[in-house]
Amino acid sequence: MSAVAHSVSGAFVSKLPYSPEHEIFRAQARRFFETEVAPMQAEWDTARITPRSIWKRAGELGFLCPRVPEAYGGMGTDFLFSAILTEEQVRAGAIAPMISLQSDVIAPYIVLYGTEEQKTRYLPKMTSGDCIASIAMTEPSGGSDLQAIRTIARKEGDHYLISGQKTFISNGINADMVIVACKTDAGAGAKGMSLFLVDTDAPGFSRGRNLKKLGQHGCDTAELFFDNVRVPQTALLGGEEGRGFAQLMDRLVEERLMASIASAAMIDRALGMTIQYVKDRKAFGQRIIDFQNTRFKLAEAKTEAMVVRVFLEACIADFMEGRLDAATSAMLKYWSTEQQCAIVDDCVQLHGGYGYILDYPIARMWLDGRITKIYGGANEIMKDIVGRTLGGRNAR
Amino acid sequence: MIRPRHYTSAHEDFRTSVRRFMERECLPHRDEWQAAGRTPRELWHKAGEAGLLCTKVGEQFGGGGGDLYHCLIIIEEQTRICFNELTFYLHSDIIAPYIELYGTEDQKARYLPKMAAGEFVAAIAMTEPGAGSDLQAIRTTARADGNGYVLNGQKVFISNGQVGNLIVVAAKTDSGAGAKGISLFLLETDRADGFTRGKNLKKIGCKAQDSSELFFDNVRLPPESLLGGVEGQGFAQLMRRLPEERLIMAMSAVANMEEAVTETVSYVGERKAFGQRLGDFQNTRFKLAEAKTKATLARTFLEYGIDSFIDGTFDATQGAMLKWWTTQRQNEVADECLQLHGGYGYMTEYEIARRYADSRLGRIAGGTNEIMKDIIGRTL
Repeated sequence: MSAVAHSVSGAFVSKLPYSPEHEIFRAQARRFFETEVAPMQAEWDTARITPRSIWKRAGELGFLCPRVPEAYGGMGTDFLFSAILTEEQVRAGAIAPMISLQSDVIAPYIVLYGTEEQKTRYLPKMTSGDCIASIAMTEPSGGSDLQAIRTIARKEGDHYLISGQKTFISNGINADMVIVACKTDAGAGAKGMSLFLVDTDAPGFSRGRNLKKLGQHGCDTAELFFDNVRVPQTALLGGEEGRGFAQLMDRLVEERLMASIASAAMIDRALGMTIQYVKDRKAFGQRIIDFQNTRFKLAEAKTEAMVVRVFLEACIADFMEGRLDAATSAMLKYWSTEQQCAIVDDCVQLHGGYGYILDYPIARMWLDGRITKIYGGANEIMKDIVGRTLGGRNAR
Repeated sequence: MIRPRHYTSAHEDFRTSVRRFMERECLPHRDEWQAAGRTPRELWHKAGEAGLLCTKVGEQFGGGGGDLYHCLIIIEEQTRICFNELTFYLHSDIIAPYIELYGTEDQKARYLPKMAAGEFVAAIAMTEPGAGSDLQAIRTTARADGNGYVLNGQKVFISNGQVGNLIVVAAKTDSGAGAKGISLFLLETDRADGFTRGKNLKKIGCKAQDSSELFFDNVRLPPESLLGGVEGQGFAQLMRRLPEERLIMAMSAVANMEEAVTETVSYVGERKAFGQRLGDFQNTRFKLAEAKTKATLARTFLEYGIDSFIDGTFDATQGAMLKWWTTQRQNEVADECLQLHGGYGYMTEYEIARRYADSRLGRIAGGTNEIMKDIIGRTL
């Protein structure tokens, strides 16, 4: 089984270093998402949250934080295991729970920047599913413009007092621990920012609403409030103030790569179901696929899927060799998410009225996908990053 | 991030000599050729001498024994001086392979060394007034007549049709046999009574590329002019070459996109409006970021195609995808870059204006992009 055996880009041959171990893992992941996660989506969508039990189950099966070193409860795998998990979750049509957020976005902060005590305290529980984690950057008044955050962590003896407010925080309702971006030195700009590992049972911490979203209904998204939350010095990630902004920036390349892996898989899934639909459905006495417009639209989408896949794989290969740069990952994120939304929209159109009915997965994908052009840095930010590398006043 | 697996330092040396040739022999005359609507024969002789022709043809036939990267380098260096005409790669990488792959030993020995030297300049005549992408509809016939054939018919839009003296002609040898009734003939224009060239057609771009009507009025062809010596192979011969031809077209599209972005970045860095440089406006940066992204994806896709080609896995679907996608994006990028040049973008002395017009051909030539989508659509 090739890495993208499910891909409609039939001619595509993956050149990534997939081994038999990866393929066994893929088969196990596929079974898990198909049998235990996908069938629950409707129930979780209604509840607008996933139960803790599914996190425990994912942990039990080795599907949380596979890259975390064995010393901290993980399997110490390479990046491709993360890619496989995301591909298989998307393939099964399972948006919730946000496993990749836990495994690929949050855990690496602790692995890469955490103190020994922090690693020991959180990583084994995150890997087992006993600790659900989230990361809180965005505030009501500051999203992509991270330096504008107002949450502050004021030092008092051997503690910090955190005050402020965060919003749009994924896993925020479920979270047992939140990585919170705070200002530790309000006058120092980017260098005045620090990250804190805050346990949600800390006094002064409270959750606001579980926000209603256009899509991704099974994933909880919260407002969080910090009212003089008292945390020990050991909650400061890495133990050193002022590192937060650099830590966040360093992680963005990989986060955008992960977003694009999901986008490429979404495109494949949308195309697969649409090709099937237009073969089954008839209009004016012939199958929808027999209309030239249908074939052309799908030929375009299939080509776009191929282009995204080729570029994505080139970026993954670069990333695994440690040389994927910010501008290239910005191009990838911007392009793959734009294509995802455009292709899914075309696929809705080819489904006709059924494409608007939520019983059809393509309708759900249309709603679920819209956030991709906004999260991980809005696509306008991606263009800004690319534009800066081309010269001009803001050139780096 | 682009690391072509098969690109070596020998290729870099070749690039240096190609660049020198383009700057010395082409750039000073480019405008004059574009005004004349054709390239002079002496250019072809010089190119042959400099080793720029038939670089991929085997050395035993006088070629360079190179690979697709030699073709890519020539295209890139031509593009760099905004000499976007097909000229050399049409001759060397599209037509010469027909003879090298399908020709008899005699045909290879007779034509390839002289093509590599620029003594024969080649054209390929498929399209007719009533048949473009729909090749099976051609009406030119080659009737067997005693010892040889008699060719009758008419072709149009034939690149190198004015300067060429060796023309590969697609003709029906059996009108009732559909695709299997098509054969290719090698016609030497100096030895073909009844052959005439019509107008050098005026085009919206690629102006130094002559593009001709050709007429065949009872042209007698010797039996050895039948490519490969077996009738009815023409359609299959053409079809088998299409993926590589489309890969080559994508090279031109990608190179042009990259040049357009580079030129425009430079322009907006200098030009001022409303008290600041154009490049300082957010819209400019975003538009260029989009163009740069398209060019980068196109280059990655092209390299994937070249790699697949060398590995022997490049197929018709991939060729179709690569060709339509890169030429479509090339047009978009050229248009956005022209827009950023403002009024200057409309002036042909600015290269972006020419790239814009030249690039329009890409979506039509080599099988229209609609045909490409048809090919891909059939695989669903």
